[in-house]
Amino acid sequence: MSLHTPATATRTARLGATGRSKERTPGSVIFLGLLWVSLLVAFVTLVVLIITTVAEGWDRLDGRLFTEFPSSRPAEAGARPAVLGSLWVVGATAVLAIPLGVATAVHLEEFADRRNWFNRFIELNIQNLSAIPSIIYGMLALGVLALFGVGNKNIVIGAAVALGLLILPVIIISTREALRAVPSELRQASLALGSSELQTTWRITLPAAVPGIATGTILALSRAVGEAAPLLLLGGLVFISFDPNGLLSGFTTMPIQIFSWTNAPQPAFHELAAAASILLIAILIGMNAIAIVIRNSHQKRW
Amino acid sequence: MFRTVQRTTFALGSSVLILALAACGGQGSGADGGSGTGGEGGGLSGEVVIDGSSTVEPLSSAAATNFRDVEPGVNVTVATSGTGGGFQRFCADETDISDASRPIKDEEAEACAAAGVEFTEIVIANDGLSVVVNPDNDWLECITTEQLATIWAPDSEGTVTSWNQVDPSFPDVPLDLYGAGTDSGTFDYFTEAINGEEGAIRTDYSPSEDDNLTVQGVSGSQGGMGFFGLSYAEENADSVKLLDVDGGEGCVTPSRDTVQDGSYAPLGRPLFIYVNNARYAENEALRTFVDFYLENEETIAAEALFIDLTDEQAAQAQDELASLVG
Repeated sequence: MSLHTPATATRTARLGATGRSKERTPGSVIFLGLLWVSLLVAFVTLVVLIITTVAEGWDRLDGRLFTEFPSSRPAEAGARPAVLGSLWVVGATAVLAIPLGVATAVHLEEFADRRNWFNRFIELNIQNLSAIPSIIYGMLALGVLALFGVGNKNIVIGAAVALGLLILPVIIISTREALRAVPSELRQASLALGSSELQTTWRITLPAAVPGIATGTILALSRAVGEAAPLLLLGGLVFISFDPNGLLSGFTTMPIQIFSWTNAPQPAFHELAAAASILLIAILIGMNAIAIVIRNSHQKRW
Repeated sequence: MFRTVQRTTFALGSSVLILALAACGGQGSGADGGSGTGGEGGGLSGEVVIDGSSTVEPLSSAAATNFRDVEPGVNVTVATSGTGGGFQRFCADETDISDASRPIKDEEAEACAAAGVEFTEIVIANDGLSVVVNPDNDWLECITTEQLATIWAPDSEGTVTSWNQVDPSFPDVPLDLYGAGTDSGTFDYFTEAINGEEGAIRTDYSPSEDDNLTVQGVSGSQGGMGFFGLSYAEENADSVKLLDVDGGEGCVTPSRDTVQDGSYAPLGRPLFIYVNNARYAENEALRTFVDFYLENEETIAAEALFIDLTDEQAAQAQDELASLVG
């Protein structure tokens, strides 16, 4: 990483000009003020949202949420099929998207010829894909299901296809960045000792990039956990009285369960929705924490 | 270098471990599902697929909830594509039961016939549409259907904008209208009952499929008015004011009794389920479910905040079912 140090130093120095510098121009002070205000607005909104949700849902946040099925009686209702549905959908999404995403990234980063127009075209499209609204992926998955002649769109594998496509660009991009951070000296050393390119990639480059890949992948999966729009399109808004138990099983997920409870007339269901939201937030924070721990504990200095 | 390799192995190992744990979680849930389907209770297994009206969905969901206590092995799904959307799937032989907040239309019945799908219509509960205004509205307790038509007619678009245009004795407060969106059975029903033609309504009101938004809108504006299911009005009695409706024979307060006996006209209505005859005969799970649904209609209607059947309606529904088995 020694090559990067001068660049980082310059960047820090430039930041200092607006942030920490003693000689502040009026313009930079106003700009700094604006930055603080926007930070404050975002932060206060978030805190208020979390506090009101926790206040509303705290009493209902107990074991029933995991063990009970949705019910028309709020006191007996739980999110068990939704929790399991989320596990199934995200599990299937991971199995679909991670191998494909990592393989694509390895090919583009280690093997593909960057001067080839086709490879550049693919790279450009991957960048663009990550900016597409998630509901479009829902429509795409709907099309895929129709192509295979599946009449019932409310199946786990359909949702996994939609979410898999959704997070594929994120996985590819973060994997490529992780691979790029592996110094080329390591590859050259390996090649110099007589390994083939494949052996080098498989035994040297990829293992060295695993922490970065894992971080990016977990963040991508946490996006999939919280996603509702494409699944609504895939008929995820259903009342389910059983545990999802396979790739072809019907499903509903946590965000959709929350959506459906918010729509109910009785205030008791709104409490349930808040409780389920707290659970979802906790799951997401947990996943992000795992990503941070992996990144920090396995960060390498070359 | 040696150290790096060690760390790398560790990183790789821990990542694999995380993936393995995630995979175990998935398998664990699968095993749970398996034991759930196999074990306890009546021992019946199978599938019941329901789609249709979002108005009727709470009924079918309540039926599914209660049915689970008796037959945990039967997988019931209740989707909400709307009455029309539900019939499309029903007539393509994709669903077992179609929830409907109005009787099937002729063209829908033709589609069913063309696909060879025979069905039975069963009245499963009664529903009342309620008309609500802002609690600060002190000039209105009872509204006639003519006044409702004046307010909601397609011709009123852009012209009837203030309460005193509805009746000169009302104050000059701007009308602020909220109601169901075009996809709902509630919309079809209200427009037909009030404006005489399904779908005929002024377009300058705030439509929403989410009745909570209607409640919020009406409670936030003095001249606010909206319509939705009776249960919503009763649940939100503190934020909106429920109006009596005069359908030509005097003011009637919407309630269980007045909807059941038909006096809350024209805004009381029956709700239906349509059952696929062939599937009913073949699928034991479906048969048991429908029988259960009807037997427990009173409990189910109460839980779903609807109005149960009269004895007469219940007897007729039982007859319809009996004719299916024979």
